[in-house]
Amino acid sequence: MYLGKVVGNVVCSIQDEALRGIRLMLVERVHGGGVVVALDAVGSGPGEMVYVCRGKEASFAFKGREVPTEATIVAIVDDVQRVGEFS
Amino acid sequence: MILGKVIGQIVATQKEPSHEGKIILLVQPLTIHEQPVGDPIVALDSVGAGVGDRVLAIQEGFSAMTAVGHTESPIDAAVIGVVDLVELA
Repeated sequence: MYLGKVVGNVVCSIQDEALRGIRLMLVERVHGGGVVVALDAVGSGPGEMVYVCRGKEASFAFKGREVPTEATIVAIVDDVQRVGEFS
Repeated sequence: MILGKVIGQIVATQKEPSHEGKIILLVQPLTIHEQPVGDPIVALDSVGAGVGDRVLAIQEGFSAMTAVGHTESPIDAAVIGVVDLVELA
């Protein structure tokens, strides 16, 4: 998983049926940069810091449904308590 | 698996149910010479690691889920050991 910031969202009028009702968010990685499209499982919004689960495990956020995703927002981050020489 | 250093702890009120009650750590991957390499990852703790600890982390979903005790959950990384010593031959 990795930290990211929600910078927008994507709307697709034509999409896989399994994606219906799920928001597609644009997430900019906090470390290393780059923007990915991630499904939202927690009700996140623009400007919020989140963390994203990657890989096939990302679809486990939608229990009982076979949702095609390789990136899902699984938490909204309130705070990162950072200590240490690399922080 | 990778060696890493715990550089932060994440507080998240709104999160996936399988992450409830778990400690969420920010881990900086390290080389064997303890230099930071690559970008920090977010991993769930399964061993009681804390900020400042050198740890062993796994980035494979099935193993991470099993270590944390939640199969079929959106978990792709876990801290599975606290490193006492790295011996180089």
